[in-house]
Amino acid sequence: MSAMTSPASTALHSQRLSKHRARKRVNAIALVLSLAAMSFGLFWLIWILIETVRLGVGGLALSLFTEMTPPPQAETGGLANAIFGSLLMVSLATAIGTPIGIMAGVYLAEYGQKGWLGSATRFINDILLSAPSIVIGLFIYSVVVAQFRSFSGWAGVLALALIVIPVVIRTTENMLTLIPSALREAAYALGTPKWKVIMTVTLKAARAGVITGVLLALARIAGETAPLLFTALSNQFWTTNLATPMASLPVTIFKFALSPYENWQKLAWAGVFLITIGVLALNIMARVLFRNKH
Amino acid sequence: MDAKVELPVTEKPKLSVRNLNFYYGHFLALKNINLDIPDRKVTAFIGPSGCGKSTLLRCFNRMFELYPEQRAEGQILLDGQNILKSKEDVSLIRAKIGMVFQKPTPFPMSIYDNIAFGVKLFETLPRVEMDERVEWALKKAALWNEVKDKLNQSGAGLSGGQQQRLCIARGIAIKPEVLLLDEPCSALDPISTGKIEELIHELKVDYTVVIVTHNMQQAARCSDYTAYMYLGDLIEFGPTSELFMKPKKKDTEDYITGRFG
Repeated sequence: MSAMTSPASTALHSQRLSKHRARKRVNAIALVLSLAAMSFGLFWLIWILIETVRLGVGGLALSLFTEMTPPPQAETGGLANAIFGSLLMVSLATAIGTPIGIMAGVYLAEYGQKGWLGSATRFINDILLSAPSIVIGLFIYSVVVAQFRSFSGWAGVLALALIVIPVVIRTTENMLTLIPSALREAAYALGTPKWKVIMTVTLKAARAGVITGVLLALARIAGETAPLLFTALSNQFWTTNLATPMASLPVTIFKFALSPYENWQKLAWAGVFLITIGVLALNIMARVLFRNKH
Repeated sequence: MDAKVELPVTEKPKLSVRNLNFYYGHFLALKNINLDIPDRKVTAFIGPSGCGKSTLLRCFNRMFELYPEQRAEGQILLDGQNILKSKEDVSLIRAKIGMVFQKPTPFPMSIYDNIAFGVKLFETLPRVEMDERVEWALKKAALWNEVKDKLNQSGAGLSGGQQQRLCIARGIAIKPEVLLLDEPCSALDPISTGKIEELIHELKVDYTVVIVTHNMQQAARCSDYTAYMYLGDLIEFGPTSELFMKPKKKDTEDYITGRFG
């Protein structure tokens, strides 16, 4: 191949080389910058985790789950009422928010792709999704707590449910739109009515993604403090009555961590540890579920 | 094209298309199509991409109605009844006219349930009869021997060719009269394609089969009648041997000899 050595091809070759060197330089810079950004993020995250474990593990004891939140400077005490309150309110909020969220997500993905109602709902949902949770807390305070003249577990449940709903709507819609239209058409081609196509084919195919969304929403509300401060408030005692103020882990942590009492601070760190582990477990579960699907 | 196309089919038509125009929004995708699809024969639609062959196929089970911007004008007669203007629920029409798609579309459920799903929509069968129906459909689709020991496993775990035969089994399990195949082999390897083509040959004993294909050899191998379409027009329609051996139109000849398309 004599063309390889012609002056024209030598010029082309050196031009390619210089272009290639420039690309490598840009690549190296981009790599350094992104590595720096990643280590900056990871640094704080790992520090937080280490501090949580270091300060939280010390407070771990069986009494954490069996005894109530103590008065200041008491010898004993646990977080039983706060743990129970959190579990109860978070699970009720998820139980209320999930079906509403899934149904609204189904509406957006399967019925209202084009119409004005669909786009309006999608727009409002996006706002709700990014609304600061304290705004939701204040909203429930004014429409529920102020009306009934009492802080209550129910008000807390409602505030948390309002945070769950937009997250579930968004993930449900996204997961359903990922389902190839050929699968829907195949179900329609058998003569399947629309509701049945959605219930038995599309929702089922999107199941892992939808459950992931619910778990992520659960993880988010498990650590929410702001919406509970104005709604469920807190309670030093054990209560299963949702009509009364109710303790929760985040609010108890907030209260105890700010206090000057050593036993309270220790319990706050134990609570932080519990929430972190719980949220971590939920996130891992969500990832495992999603990975199995894809 | 002239308003009236010669209809070369002398056999009893199962589906008759009369003066069919089809629109995607304002775009006219099918231009005054007239065509008779004979009963219990295989009819192939060929033509370059975008010629309207899949669009025409999707008119036969009113699949286009899922998309509000698409509409059809004219008549499609199934045994003499216009299905485009039918009072009958579209589900019942689709029960008579099954469809298999380009990519295999197993439902997210077991192999057994994939077949039983459609049957349950229209019939209430005791367990034993349902088992028999599932076996019958899978045997018809030449899949029974490969899956009989794993009926409870997910349909998604099968190979592409098996999935496509599963979809064919699912389609015939509800005992339709017509089977529409929209490029059923385009995602399959030659061995799976061979099995499906064999299957098409056997299916025409009981069903009217309409197949859209990009593969002219496939049309030549497995169809009795072939329609050549181009840019929304039906250019030529006739017995497959005639269309391939001595096409009447220059356009058809250019396409099948590979000079264009």
